[in-house]
Formats: sequence, C-alpha cells, structure tokens
Amino acid sequence: MQSKISAKEVNVYYGSNHVIKHVSLDIFSNEVVAFIGPSGCGKSTFLRLLNRMNDFIESFRMEGQIFIDNEDIYDKKINVEELRKKVGMVFQKPNPFPKSIYENVVYGLRIQGIKNKKQLDEVVERTLKQVGIWEEVKDKLNQSALALSGGQQQRVCIARTLAVEPSVVLMDEPTSALDPISTATIEELIYHLKKDYTIVIVTHNMQQAGRVSDRTAFFYMGELVEFSDTKELFTNPKVDLTQKYITGRFG
Amino acid sequence: MPRTELKEKFIEFLLKASAFISIFTTIGILYVLLSESTDFFKEVSIVEFLTDKQWTPLFTEKHYGILPLLSGTLLTSFIAVLIAVPIGLSIAVYLNEYSPKKIRKILKPTLEVLAAIPTVVYGYFALMVVTPFLQLFIPSLSGFNALSPGIVMGIMIIPLVASLSEDALYAIPYSLREASYGMGATKLQTVFRVLIPSASSGIIVSIILAISRAFGETMIVAIAAGQQPNFTFNPLVPIETITTYIVQVSLGDVVQGSIEYKTIYAAGIALFVLTFILNNISYYIRKKYQKYQL
Amino acid sequence: MISNSVKINRFKDRIFKWYGLLSTTIGVVILFVFLYTIIKEGWDRLNWQFFTSLPSRRPSSAGILVPLLGTFWIMILTTIIAVPIGVAAAIYLEEYGKKDKFASFIEVNIANLAGVPSIIYGLLALEIFVRIMGLGRSLLSGAFTLSLLILPIVIVSTREALKSVPKTIREASYALGATKWKTIWNAVLPSAAGGILTGVILAISRAIGETAPLVVIGAMLYITTIPTHPLDDFSVLPIQIYNWLSRPQKGFIENATAAIIVLLAITFILNGIAIYLRNKWQNKVKW
Ligand SMILES: Nc1ncnc2c1ncn2[C@@H]1O[C@H](COP(=O)(O)OP(=O)(O)OP(=O)(O)O)[C@@H](O)[C@H]1O
Ligand SMILES: [Mg+2]
Repeated sequence: MQSKISAKEVNVYYGSNHVIKHVSLDIFSNEVVAFIGPSGCGKSTFLRLLNRMNDFIESFRMEGQIFIDNEDIYDKKINVEELRKKVGMVFQKPNPFPKSIYENVVYGLRIQGIKNKKQLDEVVERTLKQVGIWEEVKDKLNQSALALSGGQQQRVCIARTLAVEPSVVLMDEPTSALDPISTATIEELIYHLKKDYTIVIVTHNMQQAGRVSDRTAFFYMGELVEFSDTKELFTNPKVDLTQKYITGRFG
Repeated sequence: MPRTELKEKFIEFLLKASAFISIFTTIGILYVLLSESTDFFKEVSIVEFLTDKQWTPLFTEKHYGILPLLSGTLLTSFIAVLIAVPIGLSIAVYLNEYSPKKIRKILKPTLEVLAAIPTVVYGYFALMVVTPFLQLFIPSLSGFNALSPGIVMGIMIIPLVASLSEDALYAIPYSLREASYGMGATKLQTVFRVLIPSASSGIIVSIILAISRAFGETMIVAIAAGQQPNFTFNPLVPIETITTYIVQVSLGDVVQGSIEYKTIYAAGIALFVLTFILNNISYYIRKKYQKYQL
Repeated sequence: MISNSVKINRFKDRIFKWYGLLSTTIGVVILFVFLYTIIKEGWDRLNWQFFTSLPSRRPSSAGILVPLLGTFWIMILTTIIAVPIGVAAAIYLEEYGKKDKFASFIEVNIANLAGVPSIIYGLLALEIFVRIMGLGRSLLSGAFTLSLLILPIVIVSTREALKSVPKTIREASYALGATKWKTIWNAVLPSAAGGILTGVILAISRAIGETAPLVVIGAMLYITTIPTHPLDDFSVLPIQIYNWLSRPQKGFIENATAAIIVLLAITFILNGIAIYLRNKWQNKVKW
C-alpha cells in the first residue's frame, strides 16, 4: 500500500534541546493513527511537523524528510499555505474566532477568495451536519461562536477545518478540554470522518486511543518506541517500556 | 497598642488625602474654566461664539466666533491623525507579527525616544526642517501653514498609536493565530481578518486618544502654524488653533478681568469639552474591552 | 499545483512585510534626520559663553544660564512636590481603597486628568497659583503647575509597580505580625522601588520638556537675574527656545538650536537612566 504520510529519520531541535530523535514512520490513507506518550515526549511537536506549524517557533530546527502524497513538505519549493489547506489541524483548546458561527466555518474559503454565497451556504450546512451540530445551531448561524459551549465550539472548529476539504486532519488532544458527553460525540465523529480523511490524533487518554484509532504510536523522550496495530499495542506490546506505560507502572 | 492604631489611621488619612488631590484638580479645572467663561458669555452670546466666522478679540473690530480656531484645530489634527494612525498601526502590526525579535529589540526603544522629545523641539522641526522641505514640492506653501505642523504632530503621535495598538494585538491569544495559519492563511490575511478585528476596540481607543492628543497639542502649532485665525480648511495657509490662541494672549499684556483675558478661558472650555468627551469614550471602551478579554 | 490566489496572497504578504519594515524605520530615520540637523546647526554655538551668559538683545552674547538653572530648579521642586503626593495616592488606591466606590471614582478621574491638554493646566494655574494664592510668576507656581500635570503619570506608574509585587511578600510580612503600614513601608515599597523610580524619572523628564502651561502662567519674561529662591521669577529651557524661535534674526535661531541640544541631552539622559533602571529591575526581580 502507498503511504499517505511518510517520515524519514526526522530530528527536531528547539535551540540545543533535541526533542524528536530519529523518528521514521508511515501513515496510510483513511486510517486513524493515535500518538500516545508521557507529557513532553514530543507528540505535539511531531504532529505539528506535518503541517509545518512549528515554523513559527524561532528556535525550531529540523532534519530529515517528511513526505505527504509523495511530496517533501520541507522542500523549498513547497507552498506552506497550500500544504496547510491540505493538512488541517484541530487544537487542544477550542479556538473559534470572535466572529459568527457562519463566518468561522467559511473562514478558510474566504481567505481563498471564494465569495459565492450559495457555495458558502452549502459548505456551512454540509460541514456542520458532518460534525453533527447543524440542528443545534442552524437558527443562530449569525451569532457569535464564542457564545457556544466548549463542546459545540470544538465541533465548529472541526467544521471550520473540514470546510477547506483537507485530506489529512491533525488533532492535538481535541477532547482534553471537554466533558465526557462532548468527548463521546467527537470520538463518534472521528469514526465517521475516517472514510474521507486520514486522521492523526494525539491523546493522553488510553481508552480513547483504543476506541478511535487503527494504529497507535508510542513516543518516549523524543523517540518512537513502538508503532503498531492499536489492539496489538494495548494487549500485546512488544517493548517493555510500552507495557509499563500502558499499564501505568511508570518510572 | 492604641498608639500604633492611631498612627495607622493617621497614615491612611494622609494617603487618602493625597488621592483626593486629583479630585481637587478636576474641580479646580472645572471651576476656573466655568467661572471665567461664564463672565465671558455674559458679554458674548453663545450663538455668536458658536456661529460667527471670525475671531478677532485683539482687534478694534471685535468678533468672537470660535469657528476659525476650531477649523484650525480640526485641520491640523486631521493631518496628524492621517499620518499617525496608518503608520502607527503598521508599526504595531509589524513589530508584533512580522519582525524578528532582534529588530524589535532595536526599533521599539528608538520609537520610545521619539515619544520623549519635548514638543517645542518638534515645533522647531516643523518650522525649520519640514516647511522648507515641503516648499520644494509645493511652492505656494506659506512659511507658516497647517500642513507642516500637522505632519510633525503626526510623527510625534506615532509612538502613542503604535504602543496602544501593539498592546491590543499582543493581548490576542496565540491560539487564534494558530487557527488561522492552520487553515492556510498568510500572515497578512491573519492580520486583517482575525487580529485587527479582534483588537478593534483597543485600536479604536488608540485612535481616539491620538485625536485627543492632537487637539490639545500647543507648541508645534504655536511655532509653525502662524497664529492667524483663518476660517479655512486649506492646509497651505497660516491658521490658528484653540491652543495657540491661548498662548498668543498669554504672551501679550492682557489685563486680567478684561474681555480679552476671558476669551482664553472660553477657548479653554471649548478645548476641554472636546478632549473630555474623547477621553471618556476611550476610557469606557477600554473598560468594556478589558472585561470582554477575560 | 499552487493555485493563483495563494500566489497572490503570498505576494501581498511579502509586500506588506516590507511596508511594515519601512513604516517602522521611517520613525527611526526621521529621528536621525532631526538629530543630525540640530547637531549640525547648533553644535558650534555650544561654548562656555553660551552656558554662562544672561539673556541679551545680541544673539552672540546671549546665553542659557538663567533658563538652565530654571530647569534644574523646576526639576527639583517638581520632584519634591509631585513624588510624595503621587506615590501616596497610588498606595492608597492600590493597597487601601481597592474595591470601594470612591477609589474607582478617583480612578476614572485620574484617567481623565491624564488626557487633559497641558495648556488647560496652565489656565488652572494662572487662576489658582498665580492669582488666588499670590505666588506670582515664580518658580513655585511653575513647579506646582507641572506637579499637577505629571501627577497622573506618577500615580499610574507607581500603581503598576505596586501591582507587580507578589502577594507572598505581603503575606510574609503580615505573618510576622507587621501592621499594614509597616508591611507597605518595609516590604512592599522596597520591592517596588525600582519600578516607582523609573516612572518618576520619566514623569520628570516630561515635566522639564513642557512649555505651554508655563507660557500661560507667564514665565516668558526677560529675566536677567539668576533664580535663587523658589519665589523668584524664572524661565526654563523650552521657554527660552520658543522665545528665540519666534525672533527673526538668524543668530537667535542658532541659539535656539544649541539650547535644543542641551534640552535633548537632559531629556535623553533622564530617559536613559529610566530605561536602564527598568531593565535592571526587570532582570533582577523575576517573581
Ligand atoms: N515552543 C517551544 N520552544 C522550546 N521548546 C519547546 C517548545 N514547545 C515544546 N518544547 C519542548 O519540546 C519538548 C516536546 O514538547 P511537546 O509539546 O511536543 O510534548 P507533548 O508530548 O505534546 O507533551 P504534552 O503531552 O504535555 O502536550 C518538551 O521538552 C518541550 O519542553
Ligand atoms: Mg502536546
């Protein structure tokens, strides 16, 4: 099978701090991959490599190569904005813009210069349905997104990401700020999104990784310790460290 | 024990009294302006004051229309704001979103220096540097005019606009920038579609304060604008502002209690009302905005 | 595969980046043009005679002795008047009256005063200090005027400094049985001293550059005696500069330029000290 995302010997430094060490991995189309590991092990850093969000950090430096659809995304010729349209991101804390729900969802289209009202309306309806809050918000699309609950906000943020039709969606602990019910709806959503998207999700919640992902990668101190089938990794880990981590016998 | 308590109470009283001085100052300003200008308005009707197009209290044929002074004030302030707001806002955006830390470290303190220069020095620049320079391009520009002091006033106000707008931009959480960049927006798009709208109240405050500052500026116009109360919006000819008129009268030998003397308080109250309104609007926007932020 | 709109947006972005850099540098460039002009025009005039001479009708024999001493007098008197009152008011607002209605009223009031044009302070002072209190056109009148003018600045910056003192320092002192005032005096003020000092110096620097309110209270006199007493008539550097600028002879313009160099030197030294203190204080005190 052809891999969607392929990382080769990736190293990341923040100044002199070596935070990703010789990581190589492949992720395939339409699979959900979970990243787990203790705090500070580099999960977010690695995730943000995939749409070059680390570029904004002044001390950031990276070695190695990452291919998405066979393109080296750190190549000089790559257009970063184009890449980020293709590789969408959902953040830990819901971060809607202080604009209406409608304007939040169509933001990505507006910055591409799309003005056609009918097209925008369609996208809003489709994506809000996709994330399952169309019924809740369809009468108040012009109200501020900030007035929604945390779980609703996060779903609007996901709709906003989906509106530009990415093929990869990165999620950095998307439910850590949410209550169990909102969490469950978002997990369900991830399950449905799988058929159209490739999804990489960072989570501290082992059950969540088990529920939503096909394969799981365990990071420890910047290294990729184990990367295998989720069931396999949780029931029959090959590496001792993984075993210790998933059973909570750490340190 | 009661002695220490007494001492504590006494100190608190002293501190409170010091805080009261600011109230006395305000009362003092209101009292002085009102009492002197009430006398003025006994001799000159408010209608004449607000509608007469001439201001000639120091001539034999006296007219007391504030409009020429007001037009002078508005004209110079308008030019100043036209310079200060776009440049100040651009600086804020550039320093906050674009500049490498090193450049920021050099440029910011330099701008602060610009804010520390006494206004009389700016007046010198307007008269001796900027006007002659502009005359190279605009031969019809008088030696005294509204344009040059307006521009220089704008330069003086740049740091004010820049630093207040920068605070407003700085206060926007990083997560909003991430959300925008994450969707493939460029910095410029992020600035115009997310940051400036989110910081709009802070930016509006900076603009209002810039206007208020320009209204009250005295020395630059006193030195370079010519002290001639013309009711005009032509920036190329000499004009006079409210503040300059007060300076002009103060320099002469005007007898206390005379109508000429009272005119400076009438001019003063016009200025005070204008700036008071602007300052209060900006204060309340800022208060509201702080609440919204948290 | 790059779409057109993305290309255009990138291009705009790059243009704006250069525009932003240009805007920011404009300020710096103007600053240097100004400084260069002044130094070129006025440097040669800065000789011993210029610093030690009284005013004169002949530009070449006129000097800045009287206004220079006036500026120093004003600096000292204004500090003596404004600093204790401003700091005391700030302590009250920050440490005592925090939540009550009165304090928030004063706060609005101070914000308002900070925005009142300086020339209005001149009108206030002309009536209150010069006439009602009978201080005339003296140094003391001038110092009172400028003190009122900078009081809001002193209060606001002192409050900022007090705010940045962590609660733990206050609690530690209370825990040792200190009274409120003892805690403020012995624990809070020393920790805030650097910040307060920075604010005070900046405020004083603002005061000595002020011209308009002093013109209104009548400081622009032709004074030929050195001020030796707070009740003496006075002039200050900005006033002298304005006076010389309003005369047509070239020699006086040159004098004005030279006096500007002196005034700017004092302003920059004060600002330099303030910035130095601020950095030193910020680096040392990392809560
Ligand atoms: N902006 C930054 N500048 C410098 N170092 C950073 C930066 N962001 C992260 N780091 C460092 O990189 C390492 C990896 O951080 P990262 O955020 O990727 O961890 P993580 O696995 O996502 O942790 P968590 O589970 O707490 O989110 C940490 O040691 C962290 O201190
Ligand atoms: Mg993380």
